[in-house]
Amino acid sequence: MKRRDFMKNTIVAIAGASVPLSALEFIDPREVLAANPEIHWAFLINTYSCVGCGFCVKACKTENDIPFEANASRTWVERYVYTKDDRRYIDSPKSAQYGFTDARIDLGEHLGYQDVDPNNVGKAFFVPKLCNHCATPSCTQVCPVGATYKTDSGPVLVDRSWCIGCGYCIMACPFGARFFHPVLKVVDKCTFCYHRITKGVETACVNACPFGARKMCNIKDINDPVTQIILNERVGVLKDEFGTKPQAFYIGLASEVR
Amino acid sequence: MVENVMHVHGELWTVKELFVLPNEYVYWSIQIVMYPFMTGLVAGAFVLSSLYHVFGVKQLKEIARFSLVFSFALLPVAMMPLLMHLQQPFRGIHVMMTPHFTSAISAFGIVFMAYAFIVASELWFEYRKHFVLTTQALAAQPQRSGFDTLRMHFFKVLTLGAMDISHEAVQKDHNAVKKLASLGIPVACFLHGYAGFIFGSVKANALWMTPLMPVIFICSAVVSGIALCILCYVVTMEIRKFMAKRKISRWSKDPNAPSVEELQSAEQLEIKIVSNYLLYFMIAAITLEILDLIFRGYTQVKSWDILREVIMERDFNKIFIMQYAFGNALPFLLMVLPNRTVRRTTIATVLVMFGVFMMRWNVVIGGQAFSLSFSGFMHYHLPIIPHDWETFREGLGGALLVMATPFVIFYFLNKIFPAFMKEEEAH
Repeated sequence: MKRRDFMKNTIVAIAGASVPLSALEFIDPREVLAANPEIHWAFLINTYSCVGCGFCVKACKTENDIPFEANASRTWVERYVYTKDDRRYIDSPKSAQYGFTDARIDLGEHLGYQDVDPNNVGKAFFVPKLCNHCATPSCTQVCPVGATYKTDSGPVLVDRSWCIGCGYCIMACPFGARFFHPVLKVVDKCTFCYHRITKGVETACVNACPFGARKMCNIKDINDPVTQIILNERVGVLKDEFGTKPQAFYIGLASEVR
Repeated sequence: MVENVMHVHGELWTVKELFVLPNEYVYWSIQIVMYPFMTGLVAGAFVLSSLYHVFGVKQLKEIARFSLVFSFALLPVAMMPLLMHLQQPFRGIHVMMTPHFTSAISAFGIVFMAYAFIVASELWFEYRKHFVLTTQALAAQPQRSGFDTLRMHFFKVLTLGAMDISHEAVQKDHNAVKKLASLGIPVACFLHGYAGFIFGSVKANALWMTPLMPVIFICSAVVSGIALCILCYVVTMEIRKFMAKRKISRWSKDPNAPSVEELQSAEQLEIKIVSNYLLYFMIAAITLEILDLIFRGYTQVKSWDILREVIMERDFNKIFIMQYAFGNALPFLLMVLPNRTVRRTTIATVLVMFGVFMMRWNVVIGGQAFSLSFSGFMHYHLPIIPHDWETFREGLGGALLVMATPFVIFYFLNKIFPAFMKEEEAH
């Protein structure tokens, strides 16, 4: 066989084989469903409605067995206070699991508490936070053993029986959503209450919020009223510069919130 | 939930200041400082040994063999800090069993094993003749002690049945060593460069994320590896000189054993050449590090405000005094000033290694010194007196254990692969 013929035949063989082989890709039903899922969960937070009661944090910790004594939480609420002379204070004491019962700002162990004159407050607001269940998460990318993964319906989960506890995902998350479970010694994070939403029940935090600041929706269902808000109103996401495409949308997001 | 004190991992050694997100702690502590430091030493020691084997720098003959054995002794220790830092150390093997290839860490198992095989086979080819000669010498003894019989069998197994030590066979060994050493250089650089990639690719961390990170890591790795080899070489030579003077060791009683003067001149020659290489790599490492710093200061992206405060104010002493002044500038001066002596070079190597350690510290701990919110800071307090397993392994004790282990391993490896042997056995 001449070299020219050999090359010709090789190209023909590869081209011929690729058609039936690619069919194997097409007919995998899981991949088809993953590419066009019927459900994709998204979260909507209205910062105007949040009053910082911390019920969501309490409900989350109770529902998901995160010890109240532990200084880490799957969800938390941040308080932003700007004075008229342009001083900026942010805090989230104990992840706001008991709400904001103190008017003073918690500046950490070294600096203690800061008094703010109520007459000097320019603007102040609360921002609830949780895992953004990004569409292209950096945390699942860096897991060396594939113990954290994105489900077909959106939520990013952790396999507690497979996590080796290296902490790479914690480092990779731009939102600080992950931590080590103090008892189980594996990485823990918000699951969008996967055990509840897959049974048609709303998440613990959404359920606990008395002001409707937290809402959840199936972003594929355009008739869903919450989806309507995300599609029609002006909403923002946190830290879009990292390219992770967060799926938690905010109404009234200030640029100072990071 | 009954316990009143419950610490999240990282809480024990982290002090927060101003606004830090609730889940943020210094999760990657001293062991992750040790990890790039130790892999750096492995890679650096290997590159030094390759200078002789591949590029034929004849003067480095003795230190080359030494650094090859030492590189092998360091190898298991590169993995140790990672295992000590894992929250689930018994699951560490999952990285090898179910690697998730989008992760930079997942390649660790493969690169590490590949490198281990290269170093191990290079050592085997280098020492095969020695194994055969030892086996034959032991077999020729008319009355062997039980221990010597054991040794004979052990060395016989090590030869893997290849007993031919004719000139051609040894020449083949020599060629194999050369090929493996040339293959080893890119793999060693990859092993360490990708330790840099692990940090450099974390886009969430403003200090780590730079494509220069792997290159910076490789250069400083070679610097620290060469420095360690010089230091160990000098220390071992001092011991040998001491022994040769007082004739207290078995080899020193040999009539052909090198005299103190011979050892002295060999040491001076080797150190002179090697420290020149150390200087070249130091220049490369410092240039890249300063370039990175200048680039950040010049471009002033969003993160610069907080980075500037960390680099120029909070960590100023650690970065500019301890790392750059004592770890780079001072040893550089010690080595470039005229009439360089072995003693001055030795002091310089200690400072260089300290400087590289501080560089790792400033990258790993410094990268976690500020919050993702850019509104607060975290201080790391190294646990010195351990009060439980966690504060031991992620504290001073764990770090010292990791530092001491290669020397213990080297002591035993040296019995099998004598790093200093007589000329006729070596090639």
